Amino acid sequence: MIYLDNAATSWPKPEAVYRAMDHFMRHTGANPGRSAHQPSIEAGRIIYETRESLATLFGIGDPTRVVLTSNATEALNLVIKGLLQSGDHVITSSVEHNSVMRPLRAAEKRGVEVTVVRCMPEGILHPPHIEQAIRSNTRLIALNHASNVVGTLLPIAEVGLIARQHGVLFLVDAAQTAGCYPIDVEATSIDLLAFSGHKGLYGPQGTGGLYIREGIESSIEPLKYGGTGSRSEHEYQPDFLPDKYESGTPNSVGLAGLGAGVRFVLEQGVPEIQEREQELIRFLTDGLRAIPDVTVYGDSDPQGRVAVVSFNISGLTPSEVAMQLEEDHQIMCRPGLHCSPMGHKTLGTFPQGAVRLSPGYFNPNEDLERTLKAVGKIAAARARC
Amino acid sequence: METERYSVVLFHSMSNALQVEKLLKGMGMAVKLIPVPRQLSSDCGICLRFDRRDEPRVKATLEKKGIEIQGIHPMSR
Repeated sequence: MIYLDNAATSWPKPEAVYRAMDHFMRHTGANPGRSAHQPSIEAGRIIYETRESLATLFGIGDPTRVVLTSNATEALNLVIKGLLQSGDHVITSSVEHNSVMRPLRAAEKRGVEVTVVRCMPEGILHPPHIEQAIRSNTRLIALNHASNVVGTLLPIAEVGLIARQHGVLFLVDAAQTAGCYPIDVEATSIDLLAFSGHKGLYGPQGTGGLYIREGIESSIEPLKYGGTGSRSEHEYQPDFLPDKYESGTPNSVGLAGLGAGVRFVLEQGVPEIQEREQELIRFLTDGLRAIPDVTVYGDSDPQGRVAVVSFNISGLTPSEVAMQLEEDHQIMCRPGLHCSPMGHKTLGTFPQGAVRLSPGYFNPNEDLERTLKAVGKIAAARARC
Repeated sequence: METERYSVVLFHSMSNALQVEKLLKGMGMAVKLIPVPRQLSSDCGICLRFDRRDEPRVKATLEKKGIEIQGIHPMSR
């Protein structure tokens, strides 16, 4: 099998991730921070170390500013539902995932005003367009770091500066970039950073998180309330991080795995992973562009994108191509709209969508050579019809 | 048990307790996370026990890192 769906969930995981999770289940097991016995403290320690590794990765000084969630979607909902109030204005782009668009559309019904800034058909965003959209009541700019449909990177450093100059909060959805592209919350003026744990950070599904800059938490209501293992004598939610946003027993085994995944990333080095993924994507896009009747979407410059490429074969629907890739060539990809109807409208591929290939750090070159041959065969067979 | 030798730091959160445990252990201090003694707080959490002679270093570290605490208490029988 050739697995090219790393933009949805990375697979396989580093060996250390499997080991950390197995070890947690067999030898730690307890509920973190709820009891004071040693296995409970050890579980808390493992989670704290995950927090600390994430802080190191993203240039966050204080690990307690990292709130752990079940995925990036929960982190994004936490901000959008907890921060924005009726009369607030928010700016986003036309290549966002539904994890941002749907909570924003729901917020509109509560009286929040939403401006969607159009990107170019390659997914490129011009920062001045964001600045022009700022109003006196603009509270938040919410942008993904890279599109999950075409992989195009958005200019978050430039937009971060604009947001800072105008006193607007800046939320970045790093689902596609965390672990494979350098992120520094200070250098890019990020106030809120949402990330998933199961993609470029190599954790299991059901893990993710949110960085919250100091001071902002007083304006963000929790998504859930409940037991935190702290201040148990009070019937009111604690107001400090991370407890304010972390009620209920966490996914400790998942977070043990995530910690091992993040440490793997730190050991390899983000620039090393980025370079390898750029090699893969360059090879793949160049190869696809050379096949007759294949249209490749997105920025042609591999420096401007992450390891995600979408394409179509003329005369075939994305689902037909994906089915042939799997049945005849054992290649796993993802056809359709990729939870981003607006992203596909931007590319001009709505409603049929596209075929998305997303290689990962562990794919050998041979996987991509075989994939290009397979796509060539499918396109040639279609042309003969 | 020679409880007279020890004091405990009570934190607001488990994360802070773990953070400080790691810092102080890194500095070579013999510290241990233990259940909060009942007479000190009704909280169900943990606190960090340290050798009373290390108190100045513990306080300096907390101040340097800007970590707010519930308090430092001597352990008694």
